[in-house]
Amino acid sequence: MTALLDIRGLTIRTGDKPLVSDLSFTIRPGERIGLIGESGSGKSMTAMAATGLLPPSIAVTGSITLDGQQVVGAADKVMNRLRGVAAAVVFQEPLTALDPLMKIGRQIAEPVRRRLERDGGTASKDAIGREVRDLIDKVALPQPDRIINSYPHEVSGGQRQRVAIAMALACRPKILIADEPTTALDVTTQAEILKLLDQLVRETGMALLFISHDLPVVAQVVERVIVLKNGFAIEEGPVGTVFDKPHHDYTKTLVEAARLFDEALGTTGS
Amino acid sequence: MSPVETSVSARKRRHSLALTVGLVLVGINLSVAVLTLFWTPYDPLNASGGRLEAPSLLHWLGTDRLGRDLLTQLMIGARTALLVGIGAIAIGAMIGVSLGVVAAFATRLADDVMAATLDILIAFPTLLLAMLVVAASDSASLWTAILALGLAISAIVARLTRILAKRVLRQDYIVASRTSGTSWVGVVFRHVLPNIWPTLSINFALQFGLAVIAEASLSYLGLGAPPPNASWGRLLQEAQGTVYTAPIGAIAPGLALVALVIGMNLLADGLRDIADPTRGRSR
Ligand SMILES: Nc1ncnc2c1ncn2[C@@H]1O[C@H](COP(=O)(O)OP(=O)(O)OP(=O)(O)O)[C@@H](O)[C@H]1O
Ligand SMILES: [Mg+2]
Repeated sequence: MTALLDIRGLTIRTGDKPLVSDLSFTIRPGERIGLIGESGSGKSMTAMAATGLLPPSIAVTGSITLDGQQVVGAADKVMNRLRGVAAAVVFQEPLTALDPLMKIGRQIAEPVRRRLERDGGTASKDAIGREVRDLIDKVALPQPDRIINSYPHEVSGGQRQRVAIAMALACRPKILIADEPTTALDVTTQAEILKLLDQLVRETGMALLFISHDLPVVAQVVERVIVLKNGFAIEEGPVGTVFDKPHHDYTKTLVEAARLFDEALGTTGS
Repeated sequence: MSPVETSVSARKRRHSLALTVGLVLVGINLSVAVLTLFWTPYDPLNASGGRLEAPSLLHWLGTDRLGRDLLTQLMIGARTALLVGIGAIAIGAMIGVSLGVVAAFATRLADDVMAATLDILIAFPTLLLAMLVVAASDSASLWTAILALGLAISAIVARLTRILAKRVLRQDYIVASRTSGTSWVGVVFRHVLPNIWPTLSINFALQFGLAVIAEASLSYLGLGAPPPNASWGRLLQEAQGTVYTAPIGAIAPGLALVALVIGMNLLADGLRDIADPTRGRSR
């Protein structure tokens, strides 16, 4: 099978400072990959590079093939046909990722309309409205009538992230890029959103690039992980192997930190 | 009721007060302006009483120094004020918003050039600009005044739009929208314009008031609407010499001007609160 996202020797730099160095990995259709590393290790940069949305001040070299199209150096018009179609992104901070002045129903309707038009179907108001409701159901948002007519600041953080996920799903992308989708949420909501993402990815069979600094979180939804440190991939493998037998010291500290955190929860909590 | 719902209804109540007062003030002005197209108490061009008569039952606001009915002049002035304000804002908004949005997208160099040009244009006195427009069109009329004011406003609007649009373009939701395949044109119409509109509309209301006042200076210099088009500005200027003997001649157009400007600002404020639902919570 051909790769959906194929990154070869990706280097991202601002001025002389490398943010990501010689990164290579491949995601095939339906595959679920985790990209982990501490804050500032270049995870978001990699995700943005994959959709060709890095600011022009940031230089990208190497090769990124998304759904057969070379992304590096591609014209914006070419990329725009790929965005949403090949890949969609869910961001870390659901409040700032939604337009504060647009009602939630309309925000979800936007990508729905684009997809319907793209598929040559009828993008009638009814068809769009039906899809929006379907999506709201799918991401298990309560009180659909209220949510549709609410502004982002009028719903909770977890609900906002469900809206963002609904918007990504509306595109029916071949790969979903989730950039720390649960970091801004409390632990309970985090678990719910993870479960939802996991279930949706399995149902739709889309591929997943899941970005996080939290190894246990990643382990719940992906099969394989890549560990990033200072822009270098220092370890890669099936999630169980990396978790049980980390090679690199850095990965060991990540695993250790996660274990200690779990223990602390175990002794003080339930 | 949840806290969210309470704040929403409190927000709606507050809108409605500013909006109502604004609508009433602007509405009165608009009705009077329309009315003058069909009827005025007296002939606006010819004397209908003695000079500088005090207010009476016949002439509610008295007469001016040519013996014309002041109320009639004032009513015609309402029409001129609306025409000047709306015309200048329409021109200023169309040119200014387009230029500002383009500048927000421009490359560094083009953007710097545009910003510098706008700064120079803004520093350029409106009066000089008006003289140029009049010179270019051979004669002064209400329309050359409106055009000159519109051009002056467009520079201010362009600069504001550029700054506001740049700020919106840096927001996360723009990137988020782009990742789902929204084109730049789509971004402008769906996200940038709606998000800068609340601030822009307030500025339009402010510029509206300034335009109406600026028209007065233009008229005074013979660069605005020539007589017989009565304007509040010219009424004010004409009343200057007699302000101690017949103060009503200055007070009446002054109050009318203030009422319209305040009304416009309240209206814009009310409309802004509707356009920006996030404001309701913080006040
Ligand atoms: N616009 C930018 N220009 C220059 N450098 C940037 C820019 N944005 C981010 N960086 C730098 O790039 C590096 C990688 O950033 P990136 O956002 O990819 O980190 P991350 O792994 O996603 O971290 P986090 O977990 O905090 O989101 C950081 O050192 C950051 O300071
Ligand atoms: Mg990040």
